[in-house]
Amino acid sequence: MSNPTGWKPRIEQESGTAATHPEVGAGGATSGLAHEERLLFEHGAANGRTGVSLPPAGGDFDPERELPPELLRAGIEGLPTLGELEVVRHFTRLSAWNHGIDTGFYPLGSCTMKYNPKSSEALARLPGFANAHPLLPPELAQGSLELMFQLERALSEISGFAATTLAPAAGAQGELTGVMMIRAWHVARGDARKRVLVPDTAHGTNPASCAQNGYDVVQLESGPDGRLHPETVRDAMDEDVAAIMITSPNTLGIFEAHIAEIAEIVHAKGGLLYGDGANLNALLGVARPGDMGFDVMQFNLHKTFATPHGGGGPGSGPVAVSEKLVPFLPLPVVVKEGERYRLVNDGKERPRTIGKLREFHGNFGMFVRALALIREYGPEGLKATAQLAVLNANYLRARLKDAYDLPYETDSLHEVVFTDKAQKPTGVTTMDLAKRLIDHGFHPPTIYFPLVVHGALMIEPTETESKETLDGFVDGMHAIAEQARTDPEGVRASPRKPVRARLDETRAARKPVLRWRPGMKVE
Amino acid sequence: MNFPDDLKYTKEHEWCRIKGNRVVVGITDHAQNQLGDIVYVELPEVGDPVKKGESFGVVESTKAVSEIFSPVSGKVVEVNDPLSDAPETINEDPYEEGWMIQVEFSSGKELEELLDVDAYKKFVEEEAE
Repeated sequence: MSNPTGWKPRIEQESGTAATHPEVGAGGATSGLAHEERLLFEHGAANGRTGVSLPPAGGDFDPERELPPELLRAGIEGLPTLGELEVVRHFTRLSAWNHGIDTGFYPLGSCTMKYNPKSSEALARLPGFANAHPLLPPELAQGSLELMFQLERALSEISGFAATTLAPAAGAQGELTGVMMIRAWHVARGDARKRVLVPDTAHGTNPASCAQNGYDVVQLESGPDGRLHPETVRDAMDEDVAAIMITSPNTLGIFEAHIAEIAEIVHAKGGLLYGDGANLNALLGVARPGDMGFDVMQFNLHKTFATPHGGGGPGSGPVAVSEKLVPFLPLPVVVKEGERYRLVNDGKERPRTIGKLREFHGNFGMFVRALALIREYGPEGLKATAQLAVLNANYLRARLKDAYDLPYETDSLHEVVFTDKAQKPTGVTTMDLAKRLIDHGFHPPTIYFPLVVHGALMIEPTETESKETLDGFVDGMHAIAEQARTDPEGVRASPRKPVRARLDETRAARKPVLRWRPGMKVE
Repeated sequence: MNFPDDLKYTKEHEWCRIKGNRVVVGITDHAQNQLGDIVYVELPEVGDPVKKGESFGVVESTKAVSEIFSPVSGKVVEVNDPLSDAPETINEDPYEEGWMIQVEFSSGKELEELLDVDAYKKFVEEEAE
């Protein structure tokens, strides 16, 4: 039998059989033994196994006497009966079909899919943190409150703002929180405004967060260099504009170089600057949004501070604010009084707060991981994070720009956007390039985003990847560009290696099957 | 790419067919081609007001979600309801069966601002560069 490592049993070496090696992708992907896996419900109740041994019900126990009739169910048809080992194998096999950052390169642009260090995981699992109950009285939760206080101080310092709320559950809720505070600030001044300016290079969540707050969105066009220009802002800015939402670097991976001037224009007319911190990884320890003139910014701990992301979450989206927005911060807030920590939960203490966003204190487990990373890296390490993230993206840019169209010549920071323009004449599109990368063993980059670029491939390698991994990815991308020339049909028919090959995404979207039913034919 | 001579066009890639005091509106062959397989469409209801240059609905393809902009101001008088069950019609026949809404326009003046077929063709070419 063949083996991608080249190892052969002696008997094969001696017999001189020419082993047929499976094709090995640039990321080392090859074929392997994978199990077909039925849904648990398809096993049915036939074998009658269970994973637990329940004692027999007491002699005189009659559920009909104990429970009201609306809570009684006579039986459940088709509930599968399975032993523990069958269930464990089911989920373990499914997990082996998966691709995550612990299995391979995951350059999903704008998502910052960096490695989540196991040291942060270990600390989050310390029983004192992992088992802390959210209803513990503060005197029994001093350690957890101190950790929240420290993280709040660290995030405020890193971003250059006065204070930070840890409550929001993820980036989008952070945006919502930030815009709610902007709204509350305007309303408190008796100047409720109507519009928010959002450049065309923003994340789709930005206009959504504005609309959720009752604002109309005015889209601003970025310039030919991919940047937002002060003149564009000046033309759109008036006394009815509540704020502008800017992501820097933007979704093209380009640094917004005119923030100081834009801040001056917006502030002069009484508006505020919202900074979308989704791409903070590029600036960490090097530049602070608070110093640039932003008034409010959300973090994505699951991006920048290496907490789990993409199915492993939950996310966490703290929001930092400048001095003038501090009274509007949501509750709870951790305060330090002498040597003790206390949770401010009562609106009477903070009469201008926008209120509570969610139950309890936020996604606490993520706070532990994020603070662990910040303390482990320190200021120098955080700065190196941004520098290496930018270096890695520019390395990929330099090595791929001859094979793929680069729509913007402007310098890239932490991510780089290519297009399928050079491949399109052969009929190979961005979607096909992305699918073919799977056969090489790489997670595809973000595709068809940002919308200002036709056929975008948005690559963000992050700082945690080695040069060897990046070289493997470059080899894969070059091999695909070459294959698009010589064998476009092969690219269009990919991927072939995963347990499920190319899916019919159109049919899946037009006729989605969202629920399994007994007797259903599962393809 | 097919661009019928008898239609008017917008820079957002909608087409309009003028019928008396109404316009029939859809998206162009170029637009459906750029979007790829359309999987979902959201349209307004009869009686809804629309405003020139403002979004009246969305089309979603396997690539992206895009807004559709009204070429004129007025009131929606008819909606192509079968599209919600068969959005692929927009890919297959963008100018006939794939029409989206009919608008009773409030000012004939706005029609003069629409592009004719040559101007639209030129715009598409320029955009491709």
